[in-house]
Amino acid sequence: MSSMPLATNGSGPAVPRCGVVQVTGELVATRRVGAYQHLTFVAPGIAELARPGQFVALAVGGPMSANLLRRCFSIHQVSPSGVDGGTVDIVVAAHGTGTTWIAGLSPHDEVDIVGPLGKPFPLPTKPVPCVLVGGGYGSAPLFWLAEQLAQGGCRVEMVLGAASEDRLFGVVEARRAADGLTVTTDDGSAGTRGWVSDVLAQVIRLSSAGVVYGCGPMGMLRSVTEIASAEGAVAQVAVEESMACGVGVCMTCVLPVTGVDGTTRMVRSCVDGPVFRGDRVRWDALENGYGLVPADALGAPTEAGH
Amino acid sequence: MVDMSVSLGEVDLPNPVMTASGCAANGKELHRFFDVSTLGAFVTKSVMAGARSGRGTPRMAETASGMLNSIGLQGPGIDAFVENDLAWLKSVGARVLVSIAGGSSGEFADVAGVLRRSPAFDCVVGVEVNISCPNVANRGLVFAIDPLASAKVVALVREQLPRNVPVFAKLSPDVTDIVAIASACVKAGADGLTMINTLLGMAIDIDRMRPQLAGVTGGLSGPGIRPVAVRTIWQVRSAMAEGRFRPVPIIGVGGVRTGRDALELVAAGASAIQVGTATFNDPTAPVRVLRELESLLAEKGFDAFTQVVGAAHRRQEVYR
Repeated sequence: MSSMPLATNGSGPAVPRCGVVQVTGELVATRRVGAYQHLTFVAPGIAELARPGQFVALAVGGPMSANLLRRCFSIHQVSPSGVDGGTVDIVVAAHGTGTTWIAGLSPHDEVDIVGPLGKPFPLPTKPVPCVLVGGGYGSAPLFWLAEQLAQGGCRVEMVLGAASEDRLFGVVEARRAADGLTVTTDDGSAGTRGWVSDVLAQVIRLSSAGVVYGCGPMGMLRSVTEIASAEGAVAQVAVEESMACGVGVCMTCVLPVTGVDGTTRMVRSCVDGPVFRGDRVRWDALENGYGLVPADALGAPTEAGH
Repeated sequence: MVDMSVSLGEVDLPNPVMTASGCAANGKELHRFFDVSTLGAFVTKSVMAGARSGRGTPRMAETASGMLNSIGLQGPGIDAFVENDLAWLKSVGARVLVSIAGGSSGEFADVAGVLRRSPAFDCVVGVEVNISCPNVANRGLVFAIDPLASAKVVALVREQLPRNVPVFAKLSPDVTDIVAIASACVKAGADGLTMINTLLGMAIDIDRMRPQLAGVTGGLSGPGIRPVAVRTIWQVRSAMAEGRFRPVPIIGVGGVRTGRDALELVAAGASAIQVGTATFNDPTAPVRVLRELESLLAEKGFDAFTQVVGAAHRRQEVYR
């Protein structure tokens, strides 16, 4: 499939105006990194458009695959200057059928890729100290973000946490990209034993951070939001919701988010997110793998249910 | 060149391929990938009277060649729909088949009434009455399992709309006798039928030992259900040919991923085709299916799309 024309239509506010392409990506490099697989695709057109926090949606299993739903990954890094066109890097944890297929791809294999998708991390308009928090391979988009923040004159602290050392991603890159790094593991196999939430308050305080960026499991993002708020910082979090399409048409990746008007709506994380202000997400409705519809949400079910 | 145009009752379309309701949102998202006005019609997500949050998550589970969804008719409500979504679709020149839903037959009629009075109504080429969404708390509210309830909704909606705007009843395959439901809808004034909606299904997360969907059950769609669509279209088209009720156009939907899939539904009796779940796999699927169908017809030596509508019935009669 050839590259699609860029969007030039007058999309309304629900869909960002930024361009998106559908391309056949060619895998050019794949390597094991701890418990994860790091892949680099030549994917013309995506690198030029992408910004940190956005994601790509990959079709899995080839054109006649019985697995129809796209798998979405936040963009780890992009390089617009490849010989054959720009490249896009993603980090995959092989959990199910689709991610196992992607992790098992060999160089020169082709994958249909749509991207960049979603809203990126908003960048501060003036230099402010920032803390970037990554849980497991959720850290993937943060190094690229750290570079852009540094270019804008922001001091960048990073906090990386995981269950164990092999589930940390990007410790070496973090040392290069950030001004300071704190590592935590649940089992103490690397850094401080414990969770990122155990060390975050102190990192925010010592760096006088105004913004905390987070990417990782939902439980962690809730903690990051609560700690950032308590320390007077704004949390910007990239949420993890399972998606079927990634482009805004399937309505499966919704979560309750309160808008500037004070009304809670079930919004799509693929087009309205994946980055949200942490204090706007209704964490009270997200628990144990379920996302409930808060009773005060717009159009919430009545007694008869939906 | 194959003439791809088709008439659905009083409405002429340049080609027979459409999006499927609930698989394309309301147009803006897919317009980033292709011009939605190139489709025969754009079918919108079912809209009800008021804003509706839909169900909690997880709302989706992948299945073999398909998926389950439990969205629960999330939508902005008809007032916001006509003001924002329908107006936008009109502005890009789309022909729109508006899918409407309701918790009662009166709600269906109210929604149709607001639609008719809206400034963008002239881009509406038809109304699809979703009497068959499986994602309602009370299975008794699935109108399409009862001929009388189906007929009442169709008649009330028909009354609200001008004669030149056809009404299509979207049927559920989860019934003992789909011909009886189809017949009731046509006798109540339906100008066409859309077949089929999803099948009610369920999946269990064996790690957590609980249903995968927060709503427990959901609608099964995708290529896995295509044989069910072919079968039901065949049965209803046969019943029309036998004179059991007035022949009306059928819009075929269910598991269409390629031009070949589309042709299968057409040969079974569909005059138009909707592309649904395949759009999640490939956002350009509706226009790709149109292109593939056109090439396939040219390859097979047909001059016009309409020559193949119901073709398998005629061929079967020769050998019977």
